[in-house]
Amino acid sequence: MTRRWVGPALTALVLAGAVVLIVFLPRMTSEFRLGQFTYVAIYFIALLGLNILTGYNGQISLGHAAFMAVGGYTAAVLILGQEGFKLVGQEPAEIIPKHGITPIWTIPIAGLVTGVIGYLFGLPALRLAGVSLALATFAVAVSMPAIAKRFEHLTGGGGGLSLPLPEAPFGWDISPPHWLYYEAWGAAGILFVVAWLLVRGRVGRAWRSIRDGEVAAVSSGVSPAVYKTLAFGISSAYAGVAGALFAIQNSYINPDTFPLTLSILLLASAVIGGLSSLSGVIVGALVLEFLPIYAQEPPVFDVNFAKQAAPVVFGVVLMLIVFLMPGGAAGLLRRLTRPIVAAASRRS
Amino acid sequence: MPLAFAWSDFAQQVTSGLAAGAIYASLALALVLIYQTTNVVNFAQGEMATFTTFIAWMFMDRGLPYWPAFALTLLIAFAGGVGVERVLIRPIEHRPEIVIVIMTIGLLIALNGLTGWIWGPEVKAFDSPFPNSSVIVGGVAISVRDIGTFCVCLGVVVLLWLFFRFTTLGLAMRAVAFNPDASRLMGVRVGWMLALGWGFAAVLGAIAGMMAAPTIFLDPDMMIVVLIYAFAAAVLGGIDSPVGAVVGGLLLGVVINLLGAYVNFVGNELRLPTALAVLLLVLVIRPTGLFGRRVVRRV
Repeated sequence: MTRRWVGPALTALVLAGAVVLIVFLPRMTSEFRLGQFTYVAIYFIALLGLNILTGYNGQISLGHAAFMAVGGYTAAVLILGQEGFKLVGQEPAEIIPKHGITPIWTIPIAGLVTGVIGYLFGLPALRLAGVSLALATFAVAVSMPAIAKRFEHLTGGGGGLSLPLPEAPFGWDISPPHWLYYEAWGAAGILFVVAWLLVRGRVGRAWRSIRDGEVAAVSSGVSPAVYKTLAFGISSAYAGVAGALFAIQNSYINPDTFPLTLSILLLASAVIGGLSSLSGVIVGALVLEFLPIYAQEPPVFDVNFAKQAAPVVFGVVLMLIVFLMPGGAAGLLRRLTRPIVAAASRRS
Repeated sequence: MPLAFAWSDFAQQVTSGLAAGAIYASLALALVLIYQTTNVVNFAQGEMATFTTFIAWMFMDRGLPYWPAFALTLLIAFAGGVGVERVLIRPIEHRPEIVIVIMTIGLLIALNGLTGWIWGPEVKAFDSPFPNSSVIVGGVAISVRDIGTFCVCLGVVVLLWLFFRFTTLGLAMRAVAFNPDASRLMGVRVGWMLALGWGFAAVLGAIAGMMAAPTIFLDPDMMIVVLIYAFAAAVLGGIDSPVGAVVGGLLLGVVINLLGAYVNFVGNELRLPTALAVLLLVLVIRPTGLFGRRVVRRV
């Protein structure tokens, strides 16, 4: 006889601790640090989406920053409305309201738009597997800045679009950085729960079965076409929300806001955190935000490396993870906590 | 946008397209060499090429003449390619495809950073062994540099073909690509053949880098765009076909150049997305490419 509730109870305890930490963090840190933790939330959302696609469904994407860019531009154009952005001889579409939309409402719209685009990209991607898909998404990531520059009547071209800092709603008396922090983590919390519900249920089982053996999945009545495009759509919607939040937090967007490097580092962080594990995503997001900073100026030693030290450390860490702990940080965590949970579950 | 269509102008666009295409073909062939043997697309191919091109620049900066620096760089590239296979790829060769892809991405990130760290992020000029003048052939001005680039790239491709076709070592390498298990039973040292394949791929990449650098200038990110063209070329020709990679590279170079020159919508900015569109179209309509083998999936 074992105590089966110990494992879930511990998980719930850790989650509750995380929520408390996130809520009270703004009281403990400076506004500058707070901005960094807002970016952590944004990366957390993007990595949740990438993990759904690559981790749970086995479809590799090297172009998620391009989907973030779609979300970012959608939000920016909606926030600015017709007046805000420069027109080069072309009238904007009539659906864009003249005076813009309150920033927070642009976030779900950006998610929706990016989700639809991702779903549509998922249709041709159905014919691609493994390396071909990685290639195709890589090409999307490389081409995105050129496309954004070409359609400058909508995107502002290389000059980009500047966004106002949003004020907190309902007369809430907090500064814009604090409001953005809560907004980003609120979205991250909701999307985490959605992702958790998705991957633990029927849909998640279908995704994993396709990843582990497409032929076997088909034989069991799981349609790869339906579930793979669904994974693409949902994953892109996550990227779109992250991109919208990024643009708002950054107060600025141009074709280089979401470079190829970001696409590559997103995949790297997903692997470092641990593929097909939701708990590892937070580690991936922290790594993506803070590793570049600490690689340049290690906190322990009194040295200051060049900016290029960050990618070197990132690449080496990624290669070491592939060699030494294929499960990423989440895999390591699982290996460390399993004996503890097992010991606690055993009835003496 | 030319006002009137002129044949001499058209021919000029074709020849400069062929020169660019020869560079894409070299890098595409490097990708195919590795794909054939290791069954993985090496995303770090472009960064390996950039790194070796910077080594060549360093030699020349220290006063070495062009061709000795060129030869020395190729030797270093070969050793580097073999080393990468031995150290990074060998230990994980039996793991799933996605793991090896991620390994090459790790190498891409690290090498890109390392290049910038060692040599700085600023753009550098890179000498060309060929003069920046042109010769008139039948009323068409053709750049000597274009001709030189084309000849060097294609010359190396022909040398490589002769090697694979007429030497025992080449035969052994082809055998490994065709059937590694049977080759091992016949006494071929499969592991070393794979490493040699990576070495040759690195050499091809180094040549592509050194030929591209005089035109696009030397900086740590210079090969990323070339790599995309090479991917598109390799996929167009069939990712497992060396002939396809070369034909695909030349074809892509010419077509992209012509589209950029004559189709107003494409212009200069949309050349890269056009290559992407080619890549996607081929992958969706004919995944095996022009010359590729169809892989039959067994249940």
